[in-house]
This record gives sequence, C-alpha cells and structure tokens, in this order.
Amino acid sequence: MSDRDIKKATTQVNQNEGLIMEKSSPGKKGYKLPPLDVPAVNISKMLGDLERRDDIAAELPEVSEIEIIRHFTRISTWNYAVDYGMYPLGSCTMKYNARINEVVARLDGLAGAHPYQPEKLSQGAMKILQLLSECLIEITGMDAITLQPAAGAHGELTGVLLVRAYLESQGNPRKKILIPDSAHGTNPATAAIAGYAVENLKSNQKGMIDLNALEKQVTEDIAALMLTNPSTIGVYESDIHHIAGILHRKGALLYMDGANMNALCGKTQPGKNGVDVMHLNLHKTFSTPHGGGGPGSGPVACKKILEPFLPTPVVIEKSDGTLGFDYNRPKSIGRVRAFYGNFGMHVRALAYILANGPDGLRQTTEDAVLNANYIRKKLEGIYELPYKTQTLHEVVFNDRIQQRKGVKTGDIAKRLIDYGFHSYTVSFPLIVPGALMIEPTESESKEELDLFIDAMKAIAKEAEDEPDTVLNAPHTTRISRLDEVRAARQPILRWKKQAKYAAE
Amino acid sequence: MRYLPKSPSDRDQMLREIGVRSIDDLFAPIPPDAQVKGGLNIPRQMAESEILDYFRQRASENALGYSSFLGAGAYNHYRPVVIDSLISRGEFFTAYTPYQPEISQGTLQSIFEFQTMICELTGMEVANASMYDGSTAATESVMMADRITGRTGAVVARSVHPEYREVLATYAKNQGMSIAEVGYQENGRADLSELEEAITDKTSCVLIQSPNFFGTLEDVAAVADIAHKKGALLVVAIAEAVSLGIVRPPVEADVVAMEAQSFGVPVGFGGPYAGVIATKEKFVRQIPGRLVGETVDRQGRRGFVLTLSTREQHIRREKATSNICTNQALIALMATIFMTVYGREGIRELAQQNLAKAAYAAEEFGRKGKVLFSGAPRFNEFVVQTKEEPRAINDRLLERKIVGGFPLKKFYPELGNAALWCCTELTTRAAIDAAAKEVA
Repeated sequence: MSDRDIKKATTQVNQNEGLIMEKSSPGKKGYKLPPLDVPAVNISKMLGDLERRDDIAAELPEVSEIEIIRHFTRISTWNYAVDYGMYPLGSCTMKYNARINEVVARLDGLAGAHPYQPEKLSQGAMKILQLLSECLIEITGMDAITLQPAAGAHGELTGVLLVRAYLESQGNPRKKILIPDSAHGTNPATAAIAGYAVENLKSNQKGMIDLNALEKQVTEDIAALMLTNPSTIGVYESDIHHIAGILHRKGALLYMDGANMNALCGKTQPGKNGVDVMHLNLHKTFSTPHGGGGPGSGPVACKKILEPFLPTPVVIEKSDGTLGFDYNRPKSIGRVRAFYGNFGMHVRALAYILANGPDGLRQTTEDAVLNANYIRKKLEGIYELPYKTQTLHEVVFNDRIQQRKGVKTGDIAKRLIDYGFHSYTVSFPLIVPGALMIEPTESESKEELDLFIDAMKAIAKEAEDEPDTVLNAPHTTRISRLDEVRAARQPILRWKKQAKYAAE
Repeated sequence: MRYLPKSPSDRDQMLREIGVRSIDDLFAPIPPDAQVKGGLNIPRQMAESEILDYFRQRASENALGYSSFLGAGAYNHYRPVVIDSLISRGEFFTAYTPYQPEISQGTLQSIFEFQTMICELTGMEVANASMYDGSTAATESVMMADRITGRTGAVVARSVHPEYREVLATYAKNQGMSIAEVGYQENGRADLSELEEAITDKTSCVLIQSPNFFGTLEDVAAVADIAHKKGALLVVAIAEAVSLGIVRPPVEADVVAMEAQSFGVPVGFGGPYAGVIATKEKFVRQIPGRLVGETVDRQGRRGFVLTLSTREQHIRREKATSNICTNQALIALMATIFMTVYGREGIRELAQQNLAKAAYAAEEFGRKGKVLFSGAPRFNEFVVQTKEEPRAINDRLLERKIVGGFPLKKFYPELGNAALWCCTELTTRAAIDAAAKEVA
C-alpha cells in the first residue's frame, strides 16, 4: 500500500509530550489568588493534628499557564474524535455533538445554578427538566420518567429497581431476570446488583428472541426480560407485542434497553408496543458528547403502574403554578444519585431535540438506518454476514473469511486506524464470534461512507495478499500496539517520582 | 435538518444502490401499526438563534448575580478559564472510551495523570478513572468493602451527606445489606462510642465523611482504630475536595470516596460531577470502574491502556465488581486541569483562603446567632442556629441579592432553626458582613 491509496488520512508532525508531573519544578505557578479580604488564620491552631503538613504535602505539578495549555493541547491531538471523522463504534452511537449544546449548557444561570438554591430561583432549570421529560415521554410513548440516573447502566439499575418495587407491591419481587445472550454486559451486572439471579435466553437462528424458548422460560420466578431493541446485531424484534404478551400473562414485565434508540426515535414508540420500562442514553441517541468516556445520562421512562416508585424527587407543578420538587413519595425506590442527575446533559439533550423537532428526529433515524444498510450492502460478501435478517441502524459482520489468513477482527480494526477512521466495535456481541460491529450513525455523508467502504475493502484485500500488514497495524500512529498483558500483570496505575521508564 | 450531511439525491442514490424503493422498505421490520403516524408531539424544529433564546430565557429565570452561601455537597469555587478552553477541544469532548489505545493516548494519559494526582491528594495508593459522583462513589465503596471482607452491612455516621446516605440505602435494600446509622456528638463529630457499639462481626465497613456534612473534620484515625479492631474497613467520603489542600488526608482509611466537583466543575444544578474511589494497592482487584495503567508498545515506548478489565461488566457480566460502564472522563479532565493550575502550593493557598473566610464568617454570625459544633476543627462550612426560621432570614437576604445558608430542618429536625453556611475563596467580606446583619 502506498500513501496515495489512503484517501482520508495523511501524516503530520505529532508533538511528543511527557506527563505533566514530569514538567513540574518548585516555584512555577499557573494560578493567582486575590488578596485575602478577611484576617488570615493560624492554621496550626485551628486544625491541630489535622493540618496537612509538608511531609505529606500533595505533590501536585507546579507549572505555568502556557505549559498547561500546551500539555493538554498536545496530548489531545493523540486522540481520534467524531470531529475528525467517522467513529463507527457499534452500539455507542457516535454522532455529531452540536456546538450550540455546549454554548447553552455553559450559560451562567444554568451552569452556575446551585442544586439547593431556592425553588423560586430555579424555575428556569425546572422548566428545562419538565420540557425534556415531556419530550422523552412522547418519544418513548411512556407515561412518566426520571432524569436522575447518571448513565445507561445506572438507568438500567433504576429501571430494574422499579420492576422490583412494583412486583413487591404485588406481593412477590420474584427471583430472576431473563437476559438474551446478545445483551450488553451491563444488563446481567445490573440484574445482580438489583438482587436478581440472571437467566440466559438463547437467541434463535435469526439472532432474535425465540418465542417458544421464551414461553417455556417465563415462569412465576421471572421478574422481567431485559430486551435490547433493536438487538445488538441491529435486528428489530418484530414480535415485541407477543414477547410482551408472554411476559405479561405470567405477571412479568418487559424492560427495554434503549441503547439502540437511534434506530427508532420518531419512527416507533416502545411504550405503545408492550414495553413497560426503558432507559435512554442521552449520550447516544440525543447527542450529548461522550467526553472520552463520560459523563453520560440515563433517564428511565415507564408506564403508569411504575410511576409511584420513581426515584425522589420529581418535578411537579404546584398550586401557585410554579414548579417544585416533590419529595413526598412514600412508594419511591429512593434516590439513585445525589441531587437531580446530570443536569448539564439534560440541557444539551433538550437543545438537540429542539434543533431537530419531530421531522428532524425522524429524518435522523432514517439516515442512520440508511447509512448502516448502505454499508451492509457494499461490504456483504467481502466480510461474512452471519445473520441475514434485515437490520436497522447497525450491521455486524464476522472475520471468518479473513481468519483463513490468520487475520482477526481486532487486526482489521487496528488497520482501519491507518486509513483515517476510528475502529468499529470489536468482538461484540458475544453471539457473533469474531464480530465487526459497525454503527455509522446519521452523521456521515455519502462521501465519508464511501471512503470507509473503500478502506474496508482495501483491508480485506490486504488480509488476503499481505496479511502481515494487517497483523502489525497500526503503522501510522505515534505508538504501536501496546502490551496489555504486561499492564495487567504488573499494574502501574500512577506516576511516581523515582520510577524508571522503558522510554527513558 | 442542518446536522444531516445528505442531499435528497444522495439519499435516492443510496436507496437505489441498496436495492430498495423507499426508506419505508428499510423500516419494514417495524409493523405498520407500530409506526408513528403524523409525527411526534414535541416542539417544532428551531433555528440556532431560537434555541439560544429559549435557554437564555430559562437561565434568566434562575438566580443570577447573587452571592451564595450554599455548599452542602456542591461548592462554588473559581473555575480557571483554561479548563473550558481545553475541554472544548473536540479531541477531548467528542471522543469516546479509549478502547483503541493507539488513537486514544490523550484521554488515557490524562486519566493516568488524574489517578496520580488523586493518590497524592488522598494519601491512597491507587485511584480509579472516576465514578458518577460522590454519592455513588460512597455507595460503591461500601459494596467494595462487602466484597473484601465477605461481610454485608455498614455502620454509617449521620454526619455523612444525607443524600449520599439515601443513595446507599437504595442500593443496600436490594442486596440484603444492613445499614446502621450512628449519631453525632456535641462537637459535630460522629459519636465514637455509639459507633463502636454498632459494629458487629457482620459489619464490612464504617462510612464517615470528613469534612462531614456540618463542615466538621472527623477524627479519622480514631474511627479507623475502632473499625479495624473489629475487623471492619473504614470508608471516608470527601465531598469538599479543596479541603485536602490543608487538611491531613485520611491515610488511615481503607477506601476514600471523593466527589471532585470542587475541582473546576460547575455546580450546574447538581451535575455532571465526578466521583472517585481511591484505595490501597492490595484492594485494587475489588475496585469498581475503569482503571488506566502504564505499559509499553512493541518498540518499548511508554503508553497507557485501560487495564484490569476482568473486574468489569463487559467481561464478567453478572459477576462483575459493579455494573458501571462509563466513567466521567471529561469531568475528571476538568479536575486534572484544575489540580494542575493550582499545583502543590496553590491548592494549599486556596484551601487556606476557604478556611479563613469561613472562620471570619462563623465569628461574625456568632455574634447574634449560635454557631453549633464548636470544639472540633472545621473547614469551610459551619452550622448556625437562630431564633428565627432560616427561611425567613433567607427571604430577607434574597432582597439583598444573597442566597443564605442551607436550612437543615428537612434532614436534621433535632437542630431546630439551623442552617449550613459555606464560604469559599469567592465569598467576599462584604457579602459576609451583609449577611451577618440579618442572621439572628
């Protein structure tokens, strides 16, 4: 491969930069405090033994402002980002993060609002919570919502606790949660934390819920089924009504993992199709930035029967027409987080919804599904498609064809980096051995998709003709493949002054 | 829609190449009667200028231009402008979890720096890449203590943030974990004899907060002795991280659960914030959440990766240490930049200013009101008891553009007319003097 074969990427000067602690020297300062306008205090007298003395001073770096700017700017350029190009991580929904969202979230009256400031001085914030709630209730087709959970997995826990509280109020919380083998790892981990045993549900040959198996497995012990819809292979469960029916007949509930709501938003409302409770990931479907791994936000929408159990507090309209927080909810599962959740993410998600409106949300979903199907069409045959079932917003191939030359999905993912793209999701879902899970989202133009498809085709050819090129990828990054085994065997989880490094 | 990079002819061409007639064909798996008809009932599509207008109006309906004495788990410290300048780089805020380390070294290195600085501050040996917030970090620390000790149940001081305790109660209830709460002494510290009595051979840990909810510093070493003697661990929660600039870190603790909001994160109506769990090296395999570790690439160059992930849900599923998946990377980055700006000397000077302002305010308020819990050192918060209802005082203060202390009746009715006041480096002497006049 020569450089001109790679249409998207080229190399540029990349700055080296050590750890910020390594730039520190005593006496350098990046701060200036105003003079103290009250009398200074005698610290030793005030704190006694509890004073932090020099022998255990916090050795934070001492650097100037320009060094801080350069340090973090330099290391930032070592990241790939949505702003650079397509980021097709399946099930992560890496879409464009609109700049207006960042501007409005930083407005003084919002970013500077203290969670305990008087309600009469928090009406604007509460109106935002209320309007976002109304929009999300409409989008999901549910009756009620809590915005408190801080992330998707936190939302799952909240949702399962709602199920538990409801069943308990009916006399029996039951023992098990059914989870399909295609589910995200958070689902079983959540069920365990909520005090439930996990029962695995095998997918059928189409990668969908096997209705007969479900019918057999749903007993009086089952509290709920946690269903990701569309599933992690992008397949919509057309029989969701029947699935809900089977559960409901046995007194169990249907929980929907809304991680893949970007395939449905504005097209179908889960609450009107049998789902009792679901979480949303505002950082996926509603464009709040992923921030290198968080913050997220995981609101939970539910049916009327679950509403009494929602976490406290909830926003209500008071008799004088103003908004307030209602803490008097005797059936509530309690709090899942201090204060009211990740408000800054609520602001951004609402800005996204307002920028779209009903027609924009629908078009967004249609484009996301169009993009995924376009990739599927263009790459099918070049990569094996293990499930032929029609898919919506993502497509999952496997590496069986490439494995003949010893090239695995992880290698293809690394090679994709050289072509100027972020990798897709590797080795997930578990029902597809050697999976390549691709979710383009709506944010990619046809030109960008074509570049991606060309890159994937070129890599498939390389895997055939010169597998070493793929096996040793990436070749263009500032560092090559890292020794993960060593990282885990001899964990170095912090910098120490005396440490000797291989790089030195 | 301005975020969508396709012309109508692009869409037509793609549909043709896929081999379908219309977009509806791609949605065929959703039965027609399950599809939305006529569009969702949400506000119409807005222009950017309208969106800005809408949120400006909402912002103006909130408190603006007030001096505030509110703390209680959310602290109003100055945020150096370099923080927003740097975290607004798309490379940071539009990236995701660093699953591909070769193109995520920026995020990974910054988390490694975060872990390092948190260890320095807390006196612990390892710190994770962050949790949702202080309340969930405290809760997950208790669950961690359960796993380490094989016991189930915690003794919790009532001087721990009430909302942290509520979150713990929610989690505990469903895991068969018993929670015993113990009261506080006249000096505001956890009642040690009550605490000692409450610890049984089933207690996995003692949870205290220092500075505690009243702003009082706990005697961490004494509590550690009591807990350890009975085979329980000590978890220390820290809600006001700036205190660590001047207050001795809780080195006797086994786990520190900290809220990092004070480090350059907006109070933001309660979130997003960043929690942290820091602990001893020997407990690292029981720590929840992500960890970044140092390693080398094939040429021996230093690099960083997510590590020890066999603890986590995507590998261990229902046997994982926690169901947490995300961390609060961008918020942790804010905190990292904040700690870097202040550095070794600055964090101390900053903490000193907080201490001095609160000491001055307590003295001024003490002239007419009664400052409770003297007799033990405090950091930047204190409780004032008054003859009058705090709400009445606060209403008068609002007219002077001052938001008064946090009324405690809801959480501590036994304290009567009491409120929790907080001063930071941003609280001016003029505001303190003005407020002191109304506190009686």
